Amino acid sequence: MENSFGKITTLEAVMEFFHDGLTLMFGGFGGVGSPPTLIEGILEKGIQDLTLIGNDTGFPHIGIGKLVSRGLAKKVIASHIGSNPIAGQLMHDGRLEVEFSPQGILAERIRAGGVGLPAILSDIGMDNEMVSKNKPLMAIDGKNYLVETALTAEVSIVYAKKADVYGNLIYDKSARNTNPLVAMAGDITIAEVEEIVPMGSLEPEEIITPGVFVDYVIPSMGVNWKWAWE
Amino acid sequence: MGMGVEFRNQMAKRAAEEIQNGMVVNLGIGIPSLVPNHLSKEKMVMFHAENGITGMGPSPAKGAEDENLCNAGGFPVTLNSGGSYCDSAVAFGMIRRGRVDITILGSLQVSQYGDLANWIVPGKKVPGMGGAMELAQKAKKVIVVMNHCDKHGVPKIVPSCTLPLTSARCVNLVVTDLAVFKVSEEGLLLTELFAPFSLENVVNKTGCKFKIAETVRHIPY
Repeated sequence: MENSFGKITTLEAVMEFFHDGLTLMFGGFGGVGSPPTLIEGILEKGIQDLTLIGNDTGFPHIGIGKLVSRGLAKKVIASHIGSNPIAGQLMHDGRLEVEFSPQGILAERIRAGGVGLPAILSDIGMDNEMVSKNKPLMAIDGKNYLVETALTAEVSIVYAKKADVYGNLIYDKSARNTNPLVAMAGDITIAEVEEIVPMGSLEPEEIITPGVFVDYVIPSMGVNWKWAWE
Repeated sequence: MGMGVEFRNQMAKRAAEEIQNGMVVNLGIGIPSLVPNHLSKEKMVMFHAENGITGMGPSPAKGAEDENLCNAGGFPVTLNSGGSYCDSAVAFGMIRRGRVDITILGSLQVSQYGDLANWIVPGKKVPGMGGAMELAQKAKKVIVVMNHCDKHGVPKIVPSCTLPLTSARCVNLVVTDLAVFKVSEEGLLLTELFAPFSLENVVNKTGCKFKIAETVRHIPY
């Protein structure tokens, strides 16, 4: 297949972007829609001191949870870690810093980062210290709002159903979740996809993430974990 | 919890009565997830999930699961006719914009003024708020379905919450295994009793005072 934009590549080739201390943003929700092949690559390379940004820490053996459970992260920015008891234990032991953000506000902070805005204003969780602590307030029409800063990352990893040669992406059902937001917020965005198709074979009206936001595309080897419901 | 399946179904059935045709409804885990089983088939309801599903349907048959079609808890679901997918930001946009008519959720404590505390379990680790704050604060109607008392017999309806709040003054209706309360600025109003419980039972097991409706509906067992 043609590769006129040089975006179609391999896991081995993109591994050069992963280094100790990396700020890494990941798509997925409870592991659904997280890129298994990239996560396995990071795990095998043993990248450490990661700062992870994403919806949740998956399950101990599912999604980004695999990296967290191995102690490869020093910090997580997420809305929920409850499905990964190892994350909770690491936090409790002071080995993992966790910044909690309300789920929809986290999504908007990522989106803001992805669309070049420095922050958003929010009234979610204002009366909760865990949310409001150290955040400036801003009044609009006499009502106070929290200033929630935008999030970006050195590298974003996402999982999609199909990519064309330009990196235009479509997703699969609820595996879309945070992926289109995360795809926009990486300085380098790597999409792991189930299928790579020639230019012109995706219906333009159906493309969810324009390839403008995608730097590299690698083929997925598929989910290599057992789901909690299996 | 040790609570009988009959009680759980009774509570879910009562919560289902609140759902009108055409509504957008978000359900929490536990008893709220039983609510669709008690909806009449004539009601067209769009069930909403935070991970980006509108029009969520029941669990698929064993063997028919799709790993890329799961609810916010990570368990396989289906999509009803007219359903759609969106990203998480849009899913929460629906909530914050007031497009979700009802959220039905469990709780650890509810105060007499409708403060909700359902995200930190005492003595356990902090799981994070997930989407609970947005739902509690922004859904048009917040219905709590929970046991009247915890497993030690301690009332969960209290003068003011001792656990960290998810959101203040957000609960509109409380359905327990004993009774149903409407919540307003003046406090709680008991409107319904589940048989076989008496008013005295409820008074003894509630941590705060409440008013009693002129006509109390008795829901048979």
